[in-house]
Amino acid sequence: MTEISPPKGRGALARREARLAWGLLLPTITIVALVVIVPLLAIFWISAKPVKLGDLRPAEMRLRVTLRDRGDVPQLEYRVINPSRDQVIHKAGFTDTLPQGVTLTGDLPQGCALSGQVLNCDFGDLEPAYNERFRIDAQVSGDVKAAEQAVRDTEPTLRGSADNVLTNATFTLENFTKLFDSGEFWSVFGVTLFYTVFGTLGALVVGLFAAMLLNKSFRGQGILRGLYLFPYVAPVIAVAFTWITLFDPFSGSANALLVQMGVSQGAINFFGQKPLALIMVTLFEVWRYFPLSFLFILARMQSIDSDMYEAADMDGASPFQKFWYLSLPQLLGILSVLFLLRFIWTFNKFDDIFLLTGGNAGTRTLTVNVYEQAFAVSNIGAGAAVAVVVFGCLLVFSALFFRTMSREEGL
Amino acid sequence: MRILQKGFVAGPLLGALWALVMAVTVSVAMSFATGEGFRPGLWGSLVMGALAGAVLLAPARKDWLAAGLTLLGALWVLSGVIAPIHRAEGAGLGATVVAGLIFGAALAFPLARILAGIRPGVLSRHEFEEAVIRFLTGFGYLFFTAIVIIPFYVMVMTSMKSQQQLMLNPLDFTIDLSRGWHLFDSYVQLFEKFNFGRYLWTSFYVSVLTVALTLLFSVPGAYAVARLRFRGQKLFSRGILLIYMVPMIVLALPIYIAYSMVGLRNSILGVVMIYPVTTIPVALYMLQGYFRGLPVEVEEAGLMDGLSRLKVIWKITLPLALPALASVGLYVFMIAWNEFLLAFMLLDDPNKFTLTRGIASLNSSEIPRQHLMAGAVIATVPIMALFLGLERFMTRGLTAGAVKG
Repeated sequence: MTEISPPKGRGALARREARLAWGLLLPTITIVALVVIVPLLAIFWISAKPVKLGDLRPAEMRLRVTLRDRGDVPQLEYRVINPSRDQVIHKAGFTDTLPQGVTLTGDLPQGCALSGQVLNCDFGDLEPAYNERFRIDAQVSGDVKAAEQAVRDTEPTLRGSADNVLTNATFTLENFTKLFDSGEFWSVFGVTLFYTVFGTLGALVVGLFAAMLLNKSFRGQGILRGLYLFPYVAPVIAVAFTWITLFDPFSGSANALLVQMGVSQGAINFFGQKPLALIMVTLFEVWRYFPLSFLFILARMQSIDSDMYEAADMDGASPFQKFWYLSLPQLLGILSVLFLLRFIWTFNKFDDIFLLTGGNAGTRTLTVNVYEQAFAVSNIGAGAAVAVVVFGCLLVFSALFFRTMSREEGL
Repeated sequence: MRILQKGFVAGPLLGALWALVMAVTVSVAMSFATGEGFRPGLWGSLVMGALAGAVLLAPARKDWLAAGLTLLGALWVLSGVIAPIHRAEGAGLGATVVAGLIFGAALAFPLARILAGIRPGVLSRHEFEEAVIRFLTGFGYLFFTAIVIIPFYVMVMTSMKSQQQLMLNPLDFTIDLSRGWHLFDSYVQLFEKFNFGRYLWTSFYVSVLTVALTLLFSVPGAYAVARLRFRGQKLFSRGILLIYMVPMIVLALPIYIAYSMVGLRNSILGVVMIYPVTTIPVALYMLQGYFRGLPVEVEEAGLMDGLSRLKVIWKITLPLALPALASVGLYVFMIAWNEFLLAFMLLDDPNKFTLTRGIASLNSSEIPRQHLMAGAVIATVPIMALFLGLERFMTRGLTAGAVKG
């Protein structure tokens, strides 16, 4: 008697399907790995390196060749320069082919050898800021001016390479210790948390309000819905500069209005004062992203069954009761998912603050700090260290997110 | 709460609040419209509003009552004694009368609607809450419309002014139509002197290329994740979401370094290579959600009839997913068009700027403000036109993506 049971293991069909899946995914995986995973690894690598912005271009030897016809004996001059102030160039040297009509008669400098018209020199290691001239007596036959030109036009091949800080084996924890030791870090972290928490909550609450307004059909509902999405769809650079114009302390309309209304005495520097700038930046975040939460909440609201409300009406529930006991529990799922997602993205936000205040006046968040350290202070290593911290926070948040996500299942 | 649920308390209270809202709104609107500073009076508007709230409870024709209140409001504003709206210094009589009439009407007529069905006596919870909700609704429409329209209006208006006009009176929101075509001087300047035509074109083709490359890579990937069974499928769809959450600035730094070393900085090629990668995770995420929603039976029927998987994707799934492709494409276009960070870091050569990078270069003290705003308008108008024209797709695209900001 043969026993009937579901097939064990994976059959040929399943294997074929898996093969096809990987085939379809391969291009995507490759390109994402190349541009996301590799940079992520790179940022860990760089964060443990003492790299400055200037180190991105490794030092190279410079060589200038001139023929000088000074008085009686013409001289061929080689000027060897190491332009870097802190890097040694190893195994520096050059090979130069002399033009016809120029012959060397004087003593060759140490390390140089002449074979025919080819001059070969090796200097070993060049110290930082090395700058030396070597003069060799020469004999010129024919037109001196033409020979000078010909010497200037020769293209000697240069040898020698400097250590590249990015690829050598020096590692340091200095970037991190400096980062955590400076009191600045914790204030930056606090600013980031304030901005993230209030920006997210604000956008969510305002979005909920807007969604409730539009959750009924009336003429012009479509127009209003489109209008309320404007802040999100417009390029961030355009709206950020508009806010700056609107709140400018000298020519901004907001200030003129407040002064005229007698609310404030003089001009207020909205984006330049310590606590106010952070509040303004957070308000901007709320303003720009409430459309997003409003859109999601509205979509969820419209999918709630209306039977429930009719039943509640029969039982005599008041409008507020209906909102509190019926709508809100239904919306809790989307609200928590939205909160976490927006939380993460607000935490990651860079452009908005960078454009509005440049991170000044107490608005420097972690992401702006990455840029500041790397480009304003020119310390790429320190910037990378901040980026690693940002990434670490992201991992924590996303772990939280996935836990909630699998519970809610929605979205 | 109990005490609030009496008509003669709720009516004046809602009236006072509504009057305050209206006083602020009308003063701001009139200030911007005339360039003179009207300002709301706290006590005047509270008293006027409470009065209106009380009167409108009377069992009479509401529209007559409202008309009377409008007149009263106008006279009150004109009299200037603890007025709801203080007349501006130097404001003409005409403007004051207009302000008063608008205030009176904006107070009385909507308030009559808000208080519809409210009696002086004890109210049921229903009646009371419904009146509050009508109040909040009116306030909400006003509030949201104002906060959205004012910044965009400022953008357009500033771009059409001259330097002196801007400095003269920042309150003046009018556009001087008598200047005719000179209103657009800033735009002409941008296109003639600042190369904005070229930036517009660069931004356009970079965005289109980004959309094309993104779809090319993400459609097969999304299909595989959504439909095919393979080990690590779940891990993979989570991985997509995780990558979608990695902050751009963290990636931008190594990319900047790599590009500096390879020499891809300052090249459009470099930008076109990097943009799709930032959008592929979003597109993958949106598309896999959509593919999951398609009925599997149609595809199975295709398989039974002897089509290969790839043929099924090409002949059945893709045509069915066309609306989703459109919304994902639009959304990706929007991201690429608005992208600022990478363009700012990677492009230094004014000949290769994208539009957003070009606008960033206008932000200096030597270039007048109206040029900057004109640049902002140039960047905003195409994406807005596209958005309004295809709003249905766009909204769907946005809600499908859970969406990156």
